[in-house]
Amino acid sequence: MFDLIDMTLVNWSRLQFAMTAMIHWLFIPITIGTTYIIAFAQTIHVKTGDSHWEKIAKFWAKLFGINFAIGVGTGIILGLEFGTNWSNYSWISGDIFGAPLAAEGLMAFFLESTFIAVMFFGWGRLSKKFHLVSIYLVALGATLSSLWILVANAWMNYPVGMMFNPDNARHEMVDFWAVLLSPFAINKFLHTIASCFVISSFFVIAVSGWYLLKKRNILLVKRSIILASVFGLLSSLFVVLTGDGSAYNVAQHQPAKLAAMEGMYDGKEGAGLVAFGILNPGKKIGDDIEDFVVKIEIPKLLSFLGYRKFDAFVPGVNDLVYGNQEQGILSASQKMEKGKMALDALAAYKSAQAEGDFELMEQSMEVFRENYYYMGYGHLYNPEGIMPNIPFIFYSFRIMVMIGFFLIAVAAGFLFFAVKDKLERNKWLLHVGIWSFPLAFLASMAGWIVAEVGRQPWTIQGLLPTMVSTSNINSNAVILTFWMFLALLTLLVIAEVKIMITTIRKGPDNKDNKEGGSHV
Amino acid sequence: MFSALTHLQLQQYWWFLMSVVGSLLVFLLFVQGGQTLINILGKTKEEKNMVINSIGRKWEFTFTTLVMFAAGMFASFPLFYATSFGGAYYAWKIFLVCFVLQSVSFEYRRKKGNLLGERTYEWFLYINGFLGTFLLGAAVATFFTGSDFLRNEYNLTQWQTQLYGIEILFNFTNISLGLAVLFLARTLGAMYIINNVDYAAIRERGRRQIGINAIIFLLFFLFFVGRILTIDGFAYDPETKEVFLEPYKYLHNYLQMPVALILFLVGVVFVLYGIGISWFKKSDQGIWFSGPGTFATVLSLFWILGYNNTSFYPSSFDLQSSLTIENASSSHYTLTAMSYISLLVPVVLTYIFFTWKSIDKKKIDLDDVKEDSGHHVY
Repeated sequence: MFDLIDMTLVNWSRLQFAMTAMIHWLFIPITIGTTYIIAFAQTIHVKTGDSHWEKIAKFWAKLFGINFAIGVGTGIILGLEFGTNWSNYSWISGDIFGAPLAAEGLMAFFLESTFIAVMFFGWGRLSKKFHLVSIYLVALGATLSSLWILVANAWMNYPVGMMFNPDNARHEMVDFWAVLLSPFAINKFLHTIASCFVISSFFVIAVSGWYLLKKRNILLVKRSIILASVFGLLSSLFVVLTGDGSAYNVAQHQPAKLAAMEGMYDGKEGAGLVAFGILNPGKKIGDDIEDFVVKIEIPKLLSFLGYRKFDAFVPGVNDLVYGNQEQGILSASQKMEKGKMALDALAAYKSAQAEGDFELMEQSMEVFRENYYYMGYGHLYNPEGIMPNIPFIFYSFRIMVMIGFFLIAVAAGFLFFAVKDKLERNKWLLHVGIWSFPLAFLASMAGWIVAEVGRQPWTIQGLLPTMVSTSNINSNAVILTFWMFLALLTLLVIAEVKIMITTIRKGPDNKDNKEGGSHV
Repeated sequence: MFSALTHLQLQQYWWFLMSVVGSLLVFLLFVQGGQTLINILGKTKEEKNMVINSIGRKWEFTFTTLVMFAAGMFASFPLFYATSFGGAYYAWKIFLVCFVLQSVSFEYRRKKGNLLGERTYEWFLYINGFLGTFLLGAAVATFFTGSDFLRNEYNLTQWQTQLYGIEILFNFTNISLGLAVLFLARTLGAMYIINNVDYAAIRERGRRQIGINAIIFLLFFLFFVGRILTIDGFAYDPETKEVFLEPYKYLHNYLQMPVALILFLVGVVFVLYGIGISWFKKSDQGIWFSGPGTFATVLSLFWILGYNNTSFYPSSFDLQSSLTIENASSSHYTLTAMSYISLLVPVVLTYIFFTWKSIDKKKIDLDDVKEDSGHHVY
């Protein structure tokens, strides 16, 4: 099916996608979450007639606009990159993967971009209620947009609602609702959208905290902090809840990712969760060296979180690579053998089809069906290659979790002192609030690394390896365009950040700068 | 409802939908055309700001329609998406750069601390306006002239030149459509601006631009149409699915599909009428004739490409690798599921119509572009 694999092409294609995706993600959470904060502030304004709330909404809308523009620009790169850099994947899975993207365009992106124009240009020109509705429609559009994208992404992690069509040599959708409503998709959407709310809440907290330190726009930023800390606290608690759901799904369907997340080489019943640990850097798959230099483990918790039973068996790296007969786990080599049988059967089917040999076609199909589940393994050449980079995933997961809990505490602290009207007296908290914003991003990026790098070596879990998903082009083309986009996007990111900082420094309204410390 | 349709009927329905989105996109390229006229229509800073604010309020419609076209083609004809984007690699990457540049330029141009300065963002808008429209036109022309790719038995495609799409520029038919789209966009851009901006000097300059650009557009468009109606087209046998070259295929398609022919003729008449009343009668309503005329003309071109047993993305390297709406499409199930989602299209068009109307209720004037106007300004 795939004759030659150029690993330079594969690695640069991955790097290009990772680079564009990470830059895109710098802007998306703020875009999604800030619309809600704008909408909440404008709602209070419409309800109470207090013009200060409108000023709050307008200020955050100004920052939102700067952020939205580059988010859109970087988003189109990603969408088209599936075609330009991952054309084999686009054909093999386009029948399923393309549908959510098209639904996003029609149901969400049009809604968002149409009503953004109304939101920006309708201020003071349209009726307040219609204008407010348009802000909520922007928020809805952004949320729906992420729903469809995350449904597509979840399917790559947990491919459901489809079957392989040997005539076209591709996966085809057979159940739309299974794709849309898979537990992976629902949980991924809720977890990711809540994390966007957390990041945007900390964006508002950080900017507002800076104003408080500078004693500027006091009333405006205190009110913003109350909105953001309530929104951020509720969202971060929800992130924990959905995070548990995510880990449960990973345990059920992506055991290799779970083993990497926990740095667990040997599976066991009643497995503990590593609360803190340093992996042994010299450790290799299959050797007898200790896994950890040091670790603090909570007994039986991993079994419980992964399988809802304290004594459940959790497979480790060695079980997955070398098999575990007792637990009925096939080794990677056995799976690769079956995968090769599936690929050979498919090739035999195609040549029999070309020759019109129906009997051979039927026989080949029978072998193919028996081994189809392992087809993706047929492309692999190294049993250890079924595992992602273990230290990278292990530490990324811990960074995400630790920062996540830290952010809950920070949001609660801000809410507490804001309600007591003691924020200005606690300058340390304002500094923590400012630094929590980049930390929230770091946690989010780490989460994506766990999800995407943790899925390696697959683009479609278990079915299609990354190395055969690329376009059939010269690696130089990908290298050249990588540098081209890196240079362009870096320039635009610097411009965006500079505009943001200048706009924030200028503030919502210069006349308001010296306003005293009004009680909220 | 849709599940009762045959696979071929669904493929035709989706080609129709993609034709509608593609035709809308070409009409909405008036934004890009307007971008290339910023310095010509605006002689002072305020005038330039009015021009930019006029088209700037519509850039997201064009952008979103482009995204919709790409996503729709991915979902309905994934083999096209994989073949064209993964093969004509450089052409699409340069095209992407053009649109990334546009996405930030309106918003950042006048913002304080924008790093690159106002002029640079205006240059970005020119690049998007000139190169984006030209490349789109030239790339779509390959739907008629063919590309060099090979498709294997697993439907995986391999581009046959190391130029990865740059070779599009070595064919004058491709170039002529690229230039026709560029000058059409400029014509429509000038029409839209004179309709949307309440400023006499800009309107006067806009009218002059309509005349000049329309003549150049017509020259390249007539060449392109004359060429495609007389070349051998890529047909396929509906029974055996074998692709072959048929003399005057696209002319035959027009003659065998009278609705497409009528649409084409009516579209061309509307475009010419819009140009005529803008230029000779000094009307500012030309966009409402030339715009729908553009839509109708492009729609008819899409129809002769995809219908009547025609290959819509032919391979000039290996005829049998050519893509048709039958071999490049998604499965019956996926097309059915997406067809239900497509029922939202009228809803989307309705709210776009009303929001467009509400935004354009008041024409752009000097007050709209002052930084302290209290409104969002570009």
